[in-house]
Amino acid sequence: MSVVTVQLGQCGNQIGYEVFDTICRDLHNSQGFCCKRENEVYQASCKEHFFNEERSGVPVARALLIDMEPKVISQTLLKAARSGRWKYGQHSHFCQKQGSGNNWAYGYSVHGPKHEESIMNLIQKEVEKYDSLRGFSTIMSMAGGTGSGLGAFLTQNLRDAYPNSFIINQIIWPYGTGEVIVQNYNSILTLSHLYRSSDALLVHENDVVHKICAKLMNIKQISFRDVNQVIAHQLGSVFQPTYSSEGSCQYRRNPLGDLMASLVPHPEFKMLGLRNIPQMSENSLSYTTFAWTGLLKHLRQMLISNAKMEEGIDWQVRPPLLGLPALEKVPHNKESHFNTSIANLVILRGKDVHSADLGGFKDPALYTSWLQPSDAFSEWRTHRAFNKYEKSAALVSNSQFLLKPLDTVIGKAWNMFASKAYVHQYTKFGIEEEDFLDSFTVLEQVVASYCNL
Amino acid sequence: MAQSVVVQVGQCGNQIGRCFWDLALREHAAINKKGIYDDSLKNFFRNVDTRRNGDGVDISKGKIRSLKARAVLIDMEEGVVNEILQGPLKDIFDSKQLITNVSGSGNNWSVGYKVFGSQYRDQIVEKLRQTAEHCDCLQCFFIIHSMGGGTGSGLGTFILNVLEDEFPEVYRFVTSVFPSGEDDVITSPYNSVLAMKELNEHADCVLPIENESLFDIVSRINQMVTSGKPGTTVKPESLITLNEGGIKKKLQEKPFDTMNNIVGNLLLNLTSSARFEGSLNMDLNEITMNLVPFPQLHYLVSSLTPLYTLADVNVPPRRLDQMFSDAFSKDHQLIQADPKHSLYLACALLVRGNVQISDLRRNIERLKSALHFVSWNQEGWKTSLCSVPPVGHSHSLLALANNTCIKPTFIELKKRFTRLYKKKAHLHHYLQVDGMEESCFTEAVSSLSSLIESYNELDVTKGLPIHDPLRLNIVI
Ligand SMILES: Nc1nc2c(ncn2[C@@H]2O[C@H](COP(=O)(O)OP(=O)(O)OP(=O)(O)O)[C@@H](O)[C@H]2O)c(=O)[nH]1
Ligand SMILES: Nc1nc2c(ncn2[C@@H]2O[C@H](COP(=O)(O)OP(=O)(O)OP(=O)(O)O)[C@@H](O)[C@H]2O)c(=O)[nH]1
Ligand SMILES: [Mg+2]
Ligand SMILES: [Mg+2]
Repeated sequence: MSVVTVQLGQCGNQIGYEVFDTICRDLHNSQGFCCKRENEVYQASCKEHFFNEERSGVPVARALLIDMEPKVISQTLLKAARSGRWKYGQHSHFCQKQGSGNNWAYGYSVHGPKHEESIMNLIQKEVEKYDSLRGFSTIMSMAGGTGSGLGAFLTQNLRDAYPNSFIINQIIWPYGTGEVIVQNYNSILTLSHLYRSSDALLVHENDVVHKICAKLMNIKQISFRDVNQVIAHQLGSVFQPTYSSEGSCQYRRNPLGDLMASLVPHPEFKMLGLRNIPQMSENSLSYTTFAWTGLLKHLRQMLISNAKMEEGIDWQVRPPLLGLPALEKVPHNKESHFNTSIANLVILRGKDVHSADLGGFKDPALYTSWLQPSDAFSEWRTHRAFNKYEKSAALVSNSQFLLKPLDTVIGKAWNMFASKAYVHQYTKFGIEEEDFLDSFTVLEQVVASYCNL
Repeated sequence: MAQSVVVQVGQCGNQIGRCFWDLALREHAAINKKGIYDDSLKNFFRNVDTRRNGDGVDISKGKIRSLKARAVLIDMEEGVVNEILQGPLKDIFDSKQLITNVSGSGNNWSVGYKVFGSQYRDQIVEKLRQTAEHCDCLQCFFIIHSMGGGTGSGLGTFILNVLEDEFPEVYRFVTSVFPSGEDDVITSPYNSVLAMKELNEHADCVLPIENESLFDIVSRINQMVTSGKPGTTVKPESLITLNEGGIKKKLQEKPFDTMNNIVGNLLLNLTSSARFEGSLNMDLNEITMNLVPFPQLHYLVSSLTPLYTLADVNVPPRRLDQMFSDAFSKDHQLIQADPKHSLYLACALLVRGNVQISDLRRNIERLKSALHFVSWNQEGWKTSLCSVPPVGHSHSLLALANNTCIKPTFIELKKRFTRLYKKKAHLHHYLQVDGMEESCFTEAVSSLSSLIESYNELDVTKGLPIHDPLRLNIVI
């Protein structure tokens, strides 16, 4: 029934907190726009997924907090305790005295092996609390040293220790000009290692979310907290309960497993992107009404034109005409920047949700030829509105969404690697030039695969 | 949280150290209102129950009893250290943390390094060990010294070697005051070049400081105060001249104090994100990781803005973005250098106070087109956000640049060295010291030359078109 959230490093812990806080606020949201009984079922299902019930009545997040320095964890615990709505478990954190210093090698080769036992024990104890375990969801940045290096190490360990559980890694993609200079090295090392052991990588790009804060949420001075709240909203919009099937009033038992089953048909393709609509400030929300047709028309165009948000969508992009020989199809694709999909999942929440028509997403022209369109597209729905939006839609897509960001990161890392700059910092902790080359090879392969869809 | 130990060597080192400890205490007093010994205090201070047996026992939690600086004070004269022990900071040091002599090193690097080095090695190791044993996770040594004299320069760099041998895992950050053009120590070029070789080989990172720059910054602060409105131009002669006289007079009263406060602030701001919480922390181990692309290129040019945060003055705050612009300007650097017109290998912005990620991003976007970055690190920015501002102010910025603008300082140093060395001036004072040979000089100067050469090689790439290297080719 349950998924353990593992919050790693500063970024993972700060975002993890916002996720649970958002979910908890949604839980108590009176404007669910649905009937009372339905709301109660929804709440029960949500609690079952994300919280342990404690005698005190305060829900306890099914999460573990892990960082190698103490400040972030103590801040995070404090914030949760102060919220009064929910809290973290008393013994559900692990920290040390100093972080990995943005050094992937330090997180992976030093902190990892050194604390493997303690951390795996902590996870084991948490898992024992549940009657059944569905999987793990880690939240981590790939630019630092702890979330990325230790995160990659732990993911491997989880894979070995829990071979039948799903592992999804929530990856925070660094800003282009970043907070960390060696971010591209850390990123390629993280991605290549996760590609071996994770089931899916759900990517959140800081630049994109930042832009959403500026353009859609209308925030003037944007803090990490603002960014994290948007990410939390996006995650909640996927993982909050939905009906298990059309017309059913039962909530989905295993959303993580269902998500993998629908979106990751082949281990070479596990980079998932996320798009949401609508996203706006509470102010604008109060005098805006939405129709499903409009929302879904936008969302579909965001998908095929690879728009990162509702604003600035290129309406010229159209799916290629089917039946044309492949040779002609390719240049046409390039020209119009059509985004080819492997599989898509659309999640709809709110009023009149059953009237929403998702036909536009089932067009075979949107997908590669090797999956049946019926297998390539899935939909989840619920009447219960999410997070103040009367109607909202989320799209999780296994498509060429991340091709360009990935190609850019590899390119930058490769440029730096060609000069050997900073490499000595990694070899000091056992990550050799060979290891870099292996990572480059793995990821160039991924790029090539997505390119050739 | 990890701890740091300050090793202050020689007159300059100890005078700067005194200012640093004074500021550190003040900062913690302002932030820690409850008088509880917490992790951030623990970084630089022990909490000791002095009523118990002699040395006192460390108390790890609870109320602040008696704070002791995690420091070792070393000078081969006793004047400055004695002054510290009689002054207002006397309670945070005790005799177990000191090593003094009465003779001084006579502005002679080899006396400091060779004579006192071998004479005091065991004592130094013992005191360092004692200090280290009080830490549960010692992360970094901060050495403060000058390059121009004998003790700080010679014994200071000797200690750098000792630290590397005895504590190889602990970072070594060195704050070095470089001699200025009109330095009063004639042999300062020798001392500095000999010390440079040690810094090249044994430091993890060096923060060079020049007194001329500190002096200019102090003048500018005073000017700001007396002109009333910052940013408005002051009428020629009247105020500025009066003002400069004022500083000179002040300097005579308490030589160097205002200037040393700037260096103290540098160390506080450098460590603030490691000590206090924030939405984007920067631990000390991140500094070298991000700013040192090749082991030898570990010299970081620093600037602190806004200037008024460096002195106890109240000036109406200016636009936030001004703080970022100023950090790149020539007259805010702590050495005489112009990073804007040289080549960046890497750049860090450490921000304190009410500043958010969007402010950082906006300013990086705004400023980066005017800056030159090396081809393989076009986006070489490291940033941090610490939510605790400096005492009495709303925000501040420390910029650290790994930039070829440091090269002229080294070239000038080499020139002055060569001028003396050609005439063999004062050489005999050095060569009569046991273990000193001419080869020490030639090796030192060639170490400096090769450092300069490394910067040259980078500089010639500036402005060249950038060709991306061919990527790996995947055949599918
Ligand atoms: N969206 C978001 N990104 C963050 C946050 N905090 C840090 N980041 C990003 O995460 C990266 C830095 O990694 P951190 O998570 O701070 O590093 P860490 O995992 O703690 O590892 P070390 O500190 O190196 O031990 C940068 O790309 C930041 O932009 C946050 O709260 N939200
Ligand atoms: N900024 C600053 N520079 C100082 C201070 N004291 C000395 N200096 C500079 O340091 C250099 C002289 O070195 P000192 O530190 O006095 O010498 P020492 O290390 O005590 O060595 P000996 O006196 O030779 O034993 C000169 O360049 C001075 O300008 C100070 O308090 N602040
Ligand atoms: Mg961290
Ligand atoms: Mg002296």
